[in-house]
This record gives sequence, C-alpha cells and structure tokens, in this order.
Amino acid sequence: MSLPTGRAARAGQYLALLAYLVFLAFPFLWLLSTAFKPARELGSLHPTWIPDDPTLDNFRQAFDEQPLLQAAANSLIAAVSAALIAVTIATPMAYVMARHRGRLATAATGWVVVSQAFPFVLVIIPLFLVLKNLHLINSLWGLILVYVVWSLPFALWMLAGYVRAVPTELEEAAAVDGAGRVRTLVSVVAPLLAPGIVATALFAFITAWNEFFFALVLLKTPEKQTLPVVLTHFLGAEGVADLGPLAAAAFLATLPSLVLFAFIQRRITGGMTTGAVRG
Amino acid sequence: MASEVVKGRRPRPGHPRKGPAATGPTAIGPAAVRDRAAAWFLVLPALLPILILSVGPLLYGIALAFTDAQSGRTRSTQWIGTLNFQDLWYDTLFWDSFRIGLLWAFGVTVPQFLLALGLALLLNQRLRLRWLARALAIIPWAMPEVVVGIMWRLVYHPDAGVLNETLRDLGLGDGRDWLTGLATALPAVILVGIWAGMPQTTVALLAGLQNTPHELHEAAALDGAGAWRRFRTVTWPAIRPIALAISALNLIWNFNAFALVYVLTSGGPGGRTRLPMLFAYEEAFRYGQFGYAAAMGCVMVAVISVLLACFLVGRIRGGGGER
Repeated sequence: MSLPTGRAARAGQYLALLAYLVFLAFPFLWLLSTAFKPARELGSLHPTWIPDDPTLDNFRQAFDEQPLLQAAANSLIAAVSAALIAVTIATPMAYVMARHRGRLATAATGWVVVSQAFPFVLVIIPLFLVLKNLHLINSLWGLILVYVVWSLPFALWMLAGYVRAVPTELEEAAAVDGAGRVRTLVSVVAPLLAPGIVATALFAFITAWNEFFFALVLLKTPEKQTLPVVLTHFLGAEGVADLGPLAAAAFLATLPSLVLFAFIQRRITGGMTTGAVRG
Repeated sequence: MASEVVKGRRPRPGHPRKGPAATGPTAIGPAAVRDRAAAWFLVLPALLPILILSVGPLLYGIALAFTDAQSGRTRSTQWIGTLNFQDLWYDTLFWDSFRIGLLWAFGVTVPQFLLALGLALLLNQRLRLRWLARALAIIPWAMPEVVVGIMWRLVYHPDAGVLNETLRDLGLGDGRDWLTGLATALPAVILVGIWAGMPQTTVALLAGLQNTPHELHEAAALDGAGAWRRFRTVTWPAIRPIALAISALNLIWNFNAFALVYVLTSGGPGGRTRLPMLFAYEEAFRYGQFGYAAAMGCVMVAVISVLLACFLVGRIRGGGGER
C-alpha cells in the first residue's frame, strides 16, 4: 500500500518479485537436481539443471557410505526428548512469567533476553568440562540436557505469549466456582494452551534436529553422532566430496523439519504478528 | 537460529501492566499464582536446569578466562589473572578474526535488512505468486544450517556448480573457485549468510507492515504524498521498532555464527573467513586451550554488550514520539 500503483509500477513489482523468487529458490533446486544426478553427469564440465538420466543411486550410496539411519535415530531421540522435557518444564514457568509480577518474573524475562547474546563458546567450554566429569560426553543424554536448556528461552517466550492470550476471567471464574489452583491450571488453562504447547514443542524439535555446534563438540564417535554432524563427514578432506550422495543425504536430513515447519509456520508468524502489535 | 527470532518479537513477559496500583507484588495474578510459594513451585522445574546448565556455566566460563585451563593435562589448573587477556591483546590472529567477524556481521545484516524490507513490501501488496514467494521465503528458515552450507557448496562448486556454469553460459569467463579464493571467500560466505537469514527478517518486517494503519496511508495518498514520502512518514515510523530489534538481534547472532561458515570454508582460505566463534572453537577443542578460548568468549560478550547498548540507545532516542 505504500508502493506506487499504476501499470509500469506493477510490472516493476512483478519483476522484483520474480528476482526474489529466483534468488530464494535456486540453491534449493540445485540441491535437488544434484541429488538425482548420476555420477557421470556430476563429473561433466557442463552441469545441467535437469538430470538427463535421473537416478536414486545417490540415496542408496549415501546410506552405504555413512551411518545415516543410526544418525537419524540419534537426532530423533535427542530432538523428541529435548522438546518434550523443555515444554513440560517451561509451561509452568511461562505461566508465572505471564501472570505473576514481581522480581521472579522480571528476572526470568531478563534472562530470556540476555541469553540471546551468549556466545556459545563461553557456555560450552565449562559445560564440556562438567559433562566430562559426569561421564556425559559422547552421550545423547548430555546433549539432551544441553538442548533442553538451550531451547528454554524460546519456549518460555512463546508459551508466555500463549498464556497471556488466555483471558484471566476464565481462571477467576474457576476459582470462584471453588476449583483449587492445580485444578484451575490443569482443567481450565492447559486445554486452552494445548495448541500453543504443541507448536512450541514442534519448534523445539526442529531447532534440536537442526542443531550442529553442541553436537559437534559433545559427540565423538560416529555411532553416537546426530544427522548434521554425520552430514559433514560426506565433505571429506578439503572439499573432495562425493557430490551426489552428499546432496541426497542433505536433502533427506531437511525433510522432517521442512514438513513440520510447514505445519507450524502460520502459528510462528502469527505469534510474531501478535508480538508486534503489543511490542 | 530460527527459533530465536520469535523471542525478539514477543512482548516482554512479566512487564508490569499499567493499571490501578496493586496492593502487593503479586496481587494482579489469578488465584493460582497469588502467593509466592506457588509461583516458586511452578518456576522451579525450569529454573533449576537454567541455573545449573546455563547461568552456572556462563559464570564458570568467565572464571575460566582467568585460569590456564587446558584439556588433558595432569597438573592442576592455576589462576593466572589477566594473562590470557594480555596474550589476546597481542594475538594478531584473534584481532584478524575479530575484524572478519564484524565485517561478516554487518556485511550480512545490512544488505539482508534492505533485501528483506523490499521483499516484505512486495509481499504486503496484492500480487499474484505472493503465496509462492511466502512459501519459498520460509524454506531457509526450516533448513539445518549444515544443509544450507552443503547446498551452497554445491552451488559454488568450481566444476559441477550452477554458478560457474551460468557464468560460462553468459560468456563471463571460466568461473572460479569462489570459496577457496582469497578475495572471494568472504563475500561468498556473506551471500550465503544473507540468503539463510532472509526469512526471519522478512517475516518480522512483514508482521510490522501488516500492523501499519491503512487509514494513514490512504489519508497520505489523498493528500498527494508520493510513494517515498508515504514510506518515510507512515510506513517507516510504524515498522521502526521491529526493524531496530530484528537488526540488533541479527547483528548479535551473526557475530556468534558458526555452523554455516564451518561447513562452507572451515574458516579458510588462510583464515579469511575465520569468524571469532570458529577461532575460539579451534582453540578450545582442537588445541585444548580452554582458558584462552574462554577469554575470547569474554571479549565477544563485551563487544555484544556494546552492540546491545547502541541498540538500546537508538531505541530510546527514537522511540519517544512513536507511542
């Protein structure tokens, strides 16, 4: 509405939009194209967009070269556990952050904001030392612990927003009806929060599924490593990579988060909109 | 990374509401959290892990910066005062990486903001294909950073990559080895950084645009204000808080970036893309210099605090007239 109208302006806008579409889409299309190309075409000096002779060999080879299934299982365990634990412990705290006022809520909020600025090195070195003493290096449990805490600021922020969207009158009414604190929370607030809790959990899952730095530092042996770490093994030494299997594995690793993201995308962008209205 | 944007967008939880003065610190809450004990009980399950695994390590990390802690050493760790910081001061490699980190952070954040603003303005129009652009704009957000890095390595590949092939087709030379060229490596990874962070920035700005009052636009148009003028007087003031917040966060996240560049270049060629995080990671986990790496982390925190402070000043200075 702030842009000029008129036919020439419209044409310009479509041209600009088209340029954006190309810019956003082409790396992803190239990844797909590479994933389905036979080795012979990848070696050719004149690569094409559409494989002449599309093949699934790269996918087969990817599974042969690296323990992808094991890695996917590790990623799944870490991401599901982290997401479930995170929302379970974050929901009550988010409730307090949204409904309570006082030093506790202020401090929690302050921490959520400040935690955004941590450089992870400063946290990971001591964590590494502590987890090492607890024999939790090269263990998925150690990683899950880190992921839980790492996803908490986001989970708290998102959930506190959802709590604030629940009208307090409902809770007051339940209290007047004689429901105790716990009952009010469980039978009145929790059901209304459920969609928000699910969205938050899915987002925490995606973040953990995609995470690389902590997994790289904490997991040592290939049979314990998560998908993003195992993917880097395809890169080999100094860029001598088997491009086809690399692209195939990379594409597969993206699918779960892409699918889940498509589901919750509206909620997240919606949440951002509400945040913008109030912020 | 994706997760973090939303945080910036939400209202500050726990911010005191305006209204009649409450009798006690907790008097506005419903019965469920009216007393302090209940609040603590609800907070504890999350608070303990936060204290033990986040605040604790942070303080421990700062303490480590003043020790000679190393990995796999039998002799016990000693306090060495500010020796690590003195060494850092004379470590030209560190300051190189620091400069590269700032170049990268601003080099990504500024063009990304302008591009995202353009896209957000377009997506706010009634254009065909808008849905497609919205869907595509989301993809980089959902992708693991490692995959984004791998994908762009395929694009930049000297022989099998689409970039060089396109340049050859256009007759613009034989192409080059973008990620290993001394001059091209940093611009090449900056372009990837811009691409990867477009969705969050675009969505945040779009959210701001959709909340600008239409009436104001129409009134301004009736008064004969041109597009630029309407942008400057109506659109920009409305999205300014969001624009500032997202840019500050982007600067911080980019300064702390790791995975993308680790996968693309591992900091090469010759350290030309060695961001501070990559440097500290190598120092800590390749060479085992925990104390020294922790000192680097402290310096990074200091710089980020300065960035944050600048942002807050900007916000306070410009925020007064808007609300």
